[in-house]
Amino acid sequence: MASTDGLRQTPHGGRPAPRRRSGAWWNDRRVRAVLYQLLVLGGVLLLGAYLVGNTLDNLERRNIATGFDFLGREAGFDVSETLISYSPADTYFRALLVGLLNTLLVSVLGVILATILGTVAGVARLSRNWLVARLATVYVETLRNIPVLLQLFFWYTLITEALPSPRRALNPLPGVFLSNRGMRVPVPVADQAYVYAAIGLALGIAGAWLFARWAKAYQDRTGQILPRGWIGAGLVLGLPLAGYLVGGAPTALDVPALQGFNFTGGVAVTPEFAALLVGLVVYTGSYIAEIVRGGILAVSHGQTEAGLALGLHRGTVLRLVVLPQALRVIIPPLTSQYLNLTKNSSLAVAIGFPDLVSAANTSINQTGQAVEGIAIIMAVYLTVSLSISAVMNWYNRRIALQGAR
Amino acid sequence: MARYPESPNEIFAREEEPDEGWRRPPPSNSLPLRNVVGDWAKANLFNSVPNTILTLLCAWLLWETVIPMTQWGVLEAVWRADDPAACRAAEGGACWAIIANKYRFILFGLFPYDEHWRPLVAMLLFVVAIAVSCVPRFWRPWLAGLWIGVFVVCGVLMWGGVFRLSFVENARWGGLPLTLFLSVVGIVCSFPLAIVLALGRRSDLPAVRAVCVGFIEFVRGVPLISVLFMASVMFPLFLPEGVTIDKLLRAQVGIILFTAAYLAEAVRGGLQSVPRGQFEAADALGLSYWKKTGLIILPQALKTSIPAIVNQFISMFKDTSLVIIIGLFDLLSTAKAALSDPPWRPFYLEAYLFAALIYWAFCFFMSRYSQYIERRLETGHRRS
Repeated sequence: MASTDGLRQTPHGGRPAPRRRSGAWWNDRRVRAVLYQLLVLGGVLLLGAYLVGNTLDNLERRNIATGFDFLGREAGFDVSETLISYSPADTYFRALLVGLLNTLLVSVLGVILATILGTVAGVARLSRNWLVARLATVYVETLRNIPVLLQLFFWYTLITEALPSPRRALNPLPGVFLSNRGMRVPVPVADQAYVYAAIGLALGIAGAWLFARWAKAYQDRTGQILPRGWIGAGLVLGLPLAGYLVGGAPTALDVPALQGFNFTGGVAVTPEFAALLVGLVVYTGSYIAEIVRGGILAVSHGQTEAGLALGLHRGTVLRLVVLPQALRVIIPPLTSQYLNLTKNSSLAVAIGFPDLVSAANTSINQTGQAVEGIAIIMAVYLTVSLSISAVMNWYNRRIALQGAR
Repeated sequence: MARYPESPNEIFAREEEPDEGWRRPPPSNSLPLRNVVGDWAKANLFNSVPNTILTLLCAWLLWETVIPMTQWGVLEAVWRADDPAACRAAEGGACWAIIANKYRFILFGLFPYDEHWRPLVAMLLFVVAIAVSCVPRFWRPWLAGLWIGVFVVCGVLMWGGVFRLSFVENARWGGLPLTLFLSVVGIVCSFPLAIVLALGRRSDLPAVRAVCVGFIEFVRGVPLISVLFMASVMFPLFLPEGVTIDKLLRAQVGIILFTAAYLAEAVRGGLQSVPRGQFEAADALGLSYWKKTGLIILPQALKTSIPAIVNQFISMFKDTSLVIIIGLFDLLSTAKAALSDPPWRPFYLEAYLFAALIYWAFCFFMSRYSQYIERRLETGHRRS
């Protein structure tokens, strides 16, 4: 409340500050402000210097070298799941990078799935169908009141103990195997055709976006509505298909097969990954459900009725009237849920999924470079958190009321 | 029929009802039950084709899950057995006997077996103190005194060493008392720090603001687990040679610092909701900053932020379970440790469900309380 204080103490419009009853300099508000700030800064700096000094002393006494040199040394530990090639002969830096990629993979998948689950559950809680609303309520009220770590242990133990061994793996779909070593699914053998399909997909998305822009401008100009949805879907689905066909439409599949005690071939989803993903999605989804429900309830029913009275379709009302207003309420808390999910993915270390924290933890245990290891963890999470915040703030500004800020 | 209506009501009544309608008894509660249920189901479950499909789908889902779960958890469950072999013999049923055999370990951890009444009494004292603090009528200065008393008594009970109680080092504390202790001490100690941080964040002094914003945003940007790692690995490095603090205290300090940042944001929300006129009125009365803050602003701000503070307490209560990662023995750790006994190992579901039920009961109660207090505190000076 700077301006209210300013009435008496701070200069206004270039006038000198009015003199106080006592003319002593230590009663001057501005001098005091500077003094307080110097005191706080000095205190913080002194505390920091004291802690850093002690730390350096202690490290020296324990003969631990400081610095990030260890990142270039050979890591010597194996990582069970990697997105990029990695072997124990690689450096600590690469081990941490592998961990970071795993963290990002879980976070991105988790955010997408939790958003879907949360939206469905939030809408279901508002459903006029009594049974659906009750089921959604039970889901939300149960899962958000149980610690996420307990849920992770629960899923992990369930997967590793309740599923059969690879030799007696469940085979729900042809080629898909479920066992206590995780899930194996067949994947197409790499082929040039899939590169073409990927290019087609990129072109299709870009084309659909451009067409939607053009169609909107066309509608503004002429009032005619073009079938944006159909043409967009045609572009997004049709171009990859064309690319696939041009590439010769290969049908070879890499089907998992039992060899010895485990499967080879196909793509594996490990129990650790599955438990982490399911736990995070189910837990965060229950929070997102409440956010979505609150957002929809925040849009008054009169808005829907007004939209219908204007002669809009129900779908159009939802898309053009209700959702834009609900999103404004939903986005800020949704952002913090995304951040929570990303930060909670660090619990992977408890069930043995090789994420960043787990890789850093192993590095700390092997090298004793605790300060550096923890600094890396914190710096990476800070960067990720700030990036998510920045993206979501940008999106929030885009959908905010024009002229409201 | 040629008769003038006696009142305007009569006109409408006549027009809407069929001639003999007024003779019919009013539709009353005397309808057969089947009709009531049928109408309700028609309105709420089968009012359209998609809804009917959804209902049938949900009913099928319930049938597929609830029946086997009841069979597993109730009908075929083994409730009491001293030998896990009895559980393994009854295949396809839950083994609640693991709870009957292990509940004291899960609840109290490694605390000496014969002294379990001490953590039990301490825990009950905590729960009573929390319950008393939940009643707005008791929000008086003596509540602080009550809490100090509870802390002293609980400390005596847990540590012992006086009044002929044997001494128990805090490495042996565990289970639910430890979880409660970590979260209650965490919220109580982080509260003053949070208020200072929130005030600092809204201060006019740029340096103070920068320090507070830096701390809050830094802590909120990193996961709790990294703060706990820091507490367990780096705190010993921070201290001069010869000074050591034990693991429990280190974790507690980490939790306090972490919670303070989140709590500060809750308090800041409260501060922002205080109308501007209140600040101006306080300034007009010539109050100093501290008098203005302590007598006018904070009482209103804290009142508004109570629901947010309770929600923070809930999430901290759940987050204390993370101390398992740095090797403390809280409720989740003891439940997990109870499974390390090989014969009982197959009955992990039962142990986890038991721990989950305890966590759930606490959190559910507190979230209901938060909703209640939110409604109660709507005092009408909110500006919309």
